[in-house]
Amino acid sequence: MDVLNVDYMLGLVPVLLRYLPLTLQLATIGMVLALILACLFAVVRVLAIPVLNQLTIVFISFFRGTPLLVQLFLFYYGLPQLVSALTVIDGITATIMGLTMHFSAYMAESIRAAIVGVDRSQTEAALSIGMTNGQLMRRIVLPQATRVALPTLMNYFIDMIKATSLAFTLGVTELMGATQKEASGSFLYFEAFIVAAIMYWIVVELLSKLQHYLEIRLNKAYSR
Amino acid sequence: MIKLQSLSKHFGKAVVLDGIDLTIEKGEIVVIIGPSGTGKSTLLRCINFLEQPTAGTITVGDLTVDADKASRGEILAMRRQTAFVFQNYALFANKTALQNIAERLLVVDRWPKEKAYKRAREILEQIGLADKADAYPASMSGGQQQRVGIGRAMAAGAEVILFDEPTSSLDPEWVEEVLGLMKQLASERQTMMVVTHEMSFARDVADRVIFIDGGRIVEQGPPSAIFYHPQDPRTKDFLKKILATNPV
Repeated sequence: MDVLNVDYMLGLVPVLLRYLPLTLQLATIGMVLALILACLFAVVRVLAIPVLNQLTIVFISFFRGTPLLVQLFLFYYGLPQLVSALTVIDGITATIMGLTMHFSAYMAESIRAAIVGVDRSQTEAALSIGMTNGQLMRRIVLPQATRVALPTLMNYFIDMIKATSLAFTLGVTELMGATQKEASGSFLYFEAFIVAAIMYWIVVELLSKLQHYLEIRLNKAYSR
Repeated sequence: MIKLQSLSKHFGKAVVLDGIDLTIEKGEIVVIIGPSGTGKSTLLRCINFLEQPTAGTITVGDLTVDADKASRGEILAMRRQTAFVFQNYALFANKTALQNIAERLLVVDRWPKEKAYKRAREILEQIGLADKADAYPASMSGGQQQRVGIGRAMAAGAEVILFDEPTSSLDPEWVEEVLGLMKQLASERQTMMVVTHEMSFARDVADRVIFIDGGRIVEQGPPSAIFYHPQDPRTKDFLKKILATNPV
């Protein structure tokens, strides 16, 4: 086996770093949208709002029950075939749509569990002083559910960062796409992909640190 | 003034409240006693609409609501006039003592922040927990938590404070401080309805004691009458049992 071409790897770092922001953008936008959607789904499920509840169940079932890659191809190649106006959906938009819907389906369930886990007597206390359901959710239930759901949600965020690599199949040149191009030019596949792998790894490690910090902050109210 | 007319609550086929008629004057301290599972807590919960009554009307102050067809707005208005103290305190775990008390002023009554926190600090002062303003419930003793629970109920000057077995889940060492605070409120003529098994509190503080059994008011009167000259055999039987373990 040839030894690793370390010089090539070092030279590749600044090249690939230029594509990291796009990867992070895809994940961050996807995560924010997925969180909003998941919270709505979870509230619909907890309050068992008629019609919406059934629709949500079907949505979650579909997006959890089919591969992300299949969903991305449906959005990018499939939709424009049905409705020609949807050709405006570019690879980046399709990726964000796919990540949002796919991960919101998973996250809705863990947020729902966290909401249900909030002490029922606090809900009664909030209602007893005259809060509306919305105020109850915003001020009492969701802040406490966040603390319970945080570790799982961070897991999904980490998963989502890695899942952005699928965007290269839609022709988006993010970190994975860029690495693929570099590697097929140099034929140094191992070197190129190990650099990409380390970049993903470092980002995820930084996130784990952030998670640890957030957990300490959110646990402040619960220490004796 | 609080007026309940033919208030009933059914859970499926079980009749928990069976046509309660009751008028409580402003400033009156009413203690409700009776065997477990006879509807005492349900009565309080119906007044606060934590349970939707099956039939009857509820009047609190100048607000009268047909219990079974109360609108959302009426329920919210009724809840604002009837503060509730829970057996298990039910403090908001994500909020400090000060925030627990200020919460309804901020969110429900929409007071400006400064005014709400000023009022909440006054209440903390009154309940003797000024030094716990920034403490979270998890770091407080049961007695302190329940005092904050009472403080939360005091916050908005509701027409009546409903106490649902406020000392039942407290360790014995904390019971006195909570009863002491309730006595203080009683001496300020805060209208109170108290469900409790603390018979000495009933005897010393109540203007009227109501004995409920089987979802109905069996007997009521001043504590001296109920405790020393009960008329109904059910009242006699209940008092004999409870006074054996909890003398007045």
